[in-house]
Amino acid sequence: MGTDTDAGTGGVDWRSEATDADMTRRDRLEELYERMIYEPAVVAWSDWRTRVGVVILSVYMLMGLVEVLGLWRNPSPNQAPRLLYPFENMTYPLGTTQSGVDLLALIIDSTPFILLMVLAGGVWATGLAVLVGTISGYKGGRVDTVITSISDFFMAIPGLPLVIVLAITLSPENPILLGVILTINYWAGLGRAIRSQVLSIRENSYVEASRTMGTSTPRIILKDVLPNIMPYVMVNFVLAARYTIFASVGLYFIGVLPYTGQNWGVTLNNAYNQGGLFTMQAVHWLLVPIIAIVGLAFGLILVSQGMDRIFNPRVRTRLTGESKSVEEGEDETTTTGMI
Amino acid sequence: MNYYLRRTLRIPLTILAVATLTFGLIRLLPGGPFTQLRIQLIRSGVPVEQVNARIEALQNIRPDAPLWQQYLDYLVGVAQLNLGQSISLEQPVVEILARALPWTVFLVVTSTVLMFVIGVLIGAVQAYWEGSKFDKVASSISIFLMSVPYYIFAVLALFVLAFQLGWFPTGNATARSVEAGFTVEYITSVLHHAALPIAAFTIGGIGSTALNMRGNGIQVLGEEYVEVARLRGLSNSRISTRYVAKNAILPMYTGLLLQIGFRLGGTVVLEEIFSYPGLGYYLIAAVNANDYPLMMGCFLVITVTLVIAVYVADMTYGLIDPRISAGDSDGY
Repeated sequence: MGTDTDAGTGGVDWRSEATDADMTRRDRLEELYERMIYEPAVVAWSDWRTRVGVVILSVYMLMGLVEVLGLWRNPSPNQAPRLLYPFENMTYPLGTTQSGVDLLALIIDSTPFILLMVLAGGVWATGLAVLVGTISGYKGGRVDTVITSISDFFMAIPGLPLVIVLAITLSPENPILLGVILTINYWAGLGRAIRSQVLSIRENSYVEASRTMGTSTPRIILKDVLPNIMPYVMVNFVLAARYTIFASVGLYFIGVLPYTGQNWGVTLNNAYNQGGLFTMQAVHWLLVPIIAIVGLAFGLILVSQGMDRIFNPRVRTRLTGESKSVEEGEDETTTTGMI
Repeated sequence: MNYYLRRTLRIPLTILAVATLTFGLIRLLPGGPFTQLRIQLIRSGVPVEQVNARIEALQNIRPDAPLWQQYLDYLVGVAQLNLGQSISLEQPVVEILARALPWTVFLVVTSTVLMFVIGVLIGAVQAYWEGSKFDKVASSISIFLMSVPYYIFAVLALFVLAFQLGWFPTGNATARSVEAGFTVEYITSVLHHAALPIAAFTIGGIGSTALNMRGNGIQVLGEEYVEVARLRGLSNSRISTRYVAKNAILPMYTGLLLQIGFRLGGTVVLEEIFSYPGLGYYLIAAVNANDYPLMMGCFLVITVTLVIAVYVADMTYGLIDPRISAGDSDGY
């Protein structure tokens, strides 16, 4: 995320100004690398949750890559014997459906679509929420009143029913558009939460100092306010992404969103409607898409829980001290937001 | 102005805004409900000159009037609880919705209360014995629960407990044979039918509630006022309820307001899976049948329910947190 980088460079700028003469560009880049990439990576990697989460997410990235490069067969009916169990025939590792479609091919086939949609939903929901929340919280006054009233209105509309109505109106088939529509009013609640955090941050003395020095509002928001709410935003980015997965699969499952070929939700729906519920023979057909969905959400949540570490100042200080080893901290708090 | 009065005045305004949105959506929908209805009516042999009159009766809107007039008609209709006639079910929309609403409210309220109570209890124990084995196991389970969507629990419960084992019914809100009324038989039947949907919807939310409560609890336990209370020699029960629990739950209560919205929307999928005749079930039925009056009616009623639920929660929030009645607590 762009804002993340901006947030960190604030500290570097401040430092390099003082030692400008004896710092080369190379040194500065090295310091930037240390602060922005190496240290957070070490801290994050020291937590098992991040490690497992990153591995899980890499599997999905790999699946997306396999599909984009066309390394696995495309799903089509009668390409394999019907209703094979997983690992029964290693040519079709995850088994096949009732119409003889390779389940692994089905799952891989829709991975890029899902990943794009999830990314779009998360970026849209958190991006808008941060924009709205910081401006409304920092500016206050009339701007705040207007923004709060608008977000109150959007909070009063239940998400999924609105998405259903919009899906009929727009029949979104583009994954990015779909991601945005699914989280169409998600920003409102999150924006309110961010606003209340900004309200307390703006009372801090260093923000006041910036204000007295005549720093412009966008700069204060970018350099002083954003770094403080970043942990919260990152956690909520993951929650918004998870919401996008859950909502899309759920709506595909009940057959409301337009079918764009096969997809985890569609597969689930087919399995459910064509006997997956009644016979033990087809139960893997139901379970494979479920595992795909849960796995992605699990990976995302693990990473977000582990990332809490990066933003926990106590753990970071320990690293910048003389010892480069990071022990398992005994006190990490989970800042899990809504839902 | 008084907080409560201001908050109450906002309800009609919100409902007006939402009704405007539904009206806008009706006009926006591709092919439009009128076009579709017109084709349907003509196909079913209604004389062309009577079509407009029929549409007026069904939709409660005069198709040839200017837009502002239609808008006013629509608002007057909503105010008089006239949402038109369902095309697919051939009944007034309001009647269908009045039947469906209690089931949805029953599902959402029961499961949300259960989720909150169970989650808070688990989280509180975790926070108190932080780092214990129970804490670690419960945290891992919570993280896992957070990554499973509630409808997966619904599907699995339906698969195992209803279809394979036959312990629970697979659909409907009550058995057909049972008369409605305050009889033991009826209530048992209702509970039996609602058990799986409520369980699925509850489990889906416990993980995040517990993790939230754990985080807040740990934070509050580290606060100085808890230490001061201990030094003052207050009893343990007083410290745990008045100091720790209250301050740990407060921020979650605000989050609950947001959750009600997501959960009310979530019943759409839940009710569809269990064929539970609530608002969400009819919304999907209307979508599949191109029944625009019913669809918009469902949307409007779900939204109004949400507005009222959030209002009630807001009012009770004032009772728990006295700061709120001292004017706009977060206005700078």
